[in-house]
Amino acid sequence: MAWRGRSIVSILDFSRNELEELFQEAYRMEEQLSKGRVEKILDGRIIAMAFFEPSTRTRLSFETAAKRLGASVIGFTGEEAISVAKGENLADTIRMLSSYADLIVIRHRYEGAALYASEISSVPVINGGDGRQHHPTQAMLDLYTVSRELGRIDGLVYGVLGDLRYGRAAASFILGLTRFKPEKVYLISPPNLGLRREVRMLVEDHGLPVEEARLEDVIGELDVLYVTRVQKERFPDPEEYERVKGAYRITPSTLEGAKGDMIIMHPLPRVDEIDHRIDATRHAKYFKQAAYGIPVRMAILKLVLAG
Amino acid sequence: MVARGDNGLTVRKIESGTVIDHIPAGRALKVLRILGVKPEHGYTIAVLMNVESRKIGRKDIVKISGLEPKVQDFHKISLVAPTATINIVKDYEVVRKEKVRPPERVEGILRCINPTCITRQHREVVIPTFRLVSGNPLVYQCIYCGSLLEEKEILEQLA
Repeated sequence: MAWRGRSIVSILDFSRNELEELFQEAYRMEEQLSKGRVEKILDGRIIAMAFFEPSTRTRLSFETAAKRLGASVIGFTGEEAISVAKGENLADTIRMLSSYADLIVIRHRYEGAALYASEISSVPVINGGDGRQHHPTQAMLDLYTVSRELGRIDGLVYGVLGDLRYGRAAASFILGLTRFKPEKVYLISPPNLGLRREVRMLVEDHGLPVEEARLEDVIGELDVLYVTRVQKERFPDPEEYERVKGAYRITPSTLEGAKGDMIIMHPLPRVDEIDHRIDATRHAKYFKQAAYGIPVRMAILKLVLAG
Repeated sequence: MVARGDNGLTVRKIESGTVIDHIPAGRALKVLRILGVKPEHGYTIAVLMNVESRKIGRKDIVKISGLEPKVQDFHKISLVAPTATINIVKDYEVVRKEKVRPPERVEGILRCINPTCITRQHREVVIPTFRLVSGNPLVYQCIYCGSLLEEKEILEQLA
């Protein structure tokens, strides 16, 4: 299935070939950005940002990507969404937006909101995160980061550390890896924050070589350490959050024994999972990863709106 | 349908209607409930519970005189009694015999277990929809939020 006109709900909707096509396009965008000459191929197009849940990085990077390509942006975010809706349901808001804009980027606290919106909308819908479930464009830029920084995605050893239960970025990254051939994916999480059953089932169905581990046991094997924060806002029980917060933290001593070219990624925002002293090391790639969000989202917008 | 024979009460063959056999023991009433069959509908109903079965150990049987089930009813029965066989009877003969099969997709009958699933939000009119993951044990998955719905939960919902 081609990219043009298509909604993006889950990373699993995409094949390896389609992701590689995206990465090539993103690389072209990077080149245009570095030369300071970006083709305004989306001139005259309007992109709606329907952020029912607060967001900084995803929203701003989509907005930046859209504007770089010449598109205009409308929309709302967080608290504003409540006043926009005035008691209106999601379906009506999406119907309205799809008559105004050429594409809708949606973020919502409820799982399934993006799929539902894509069923209602007459224009493509891009999922900018639905509850604890999917964050496909984050997974796309994460895979792109690995490919750009290490030259490949296949054959590497990954460690995914953090809240794998409620963290949609971590789960989407792991699901994205099912499209490639990693040598190993270590799942490193505090007790009770392991992958949800349905995600584990998908991972096993795709034959991804996953294994639960402790960071100190595998640090020397890792090529990529993907760190996420504990998703406070998705804990049904605040006491449960208090028990696990601060359960892991990357400090210079954590990295003793790590490979010299191991990269550390984080979808951001970080709370205190990564010590600020790590930022200056050659391992730290999380700010670069955030920067790759622009060319990758430019590529996504181009492929969906212009082919 | 019920007569007093030499050895006590026996259930006779029905002239026409439906015999649902091989229902897991104890679930006969759930089958009637999910079919929405009520006394005021006027059907004569026989329920046999905890009958010995060579195939499944103990089983329930439901006979409903005069009822011919629709495809949707087959699907519903499969959700509470995945081992059931449905026999359609006409003039005392079984004219059709079919083992139920859980449908690949269930729309509207079940409810997602995840309170933050979009299908659970009362202001939205989205129809809860599930895809079959496993027939035995029965497991469905919400197409919206991915949550898994297992046989025990399905039975509780349909009780």
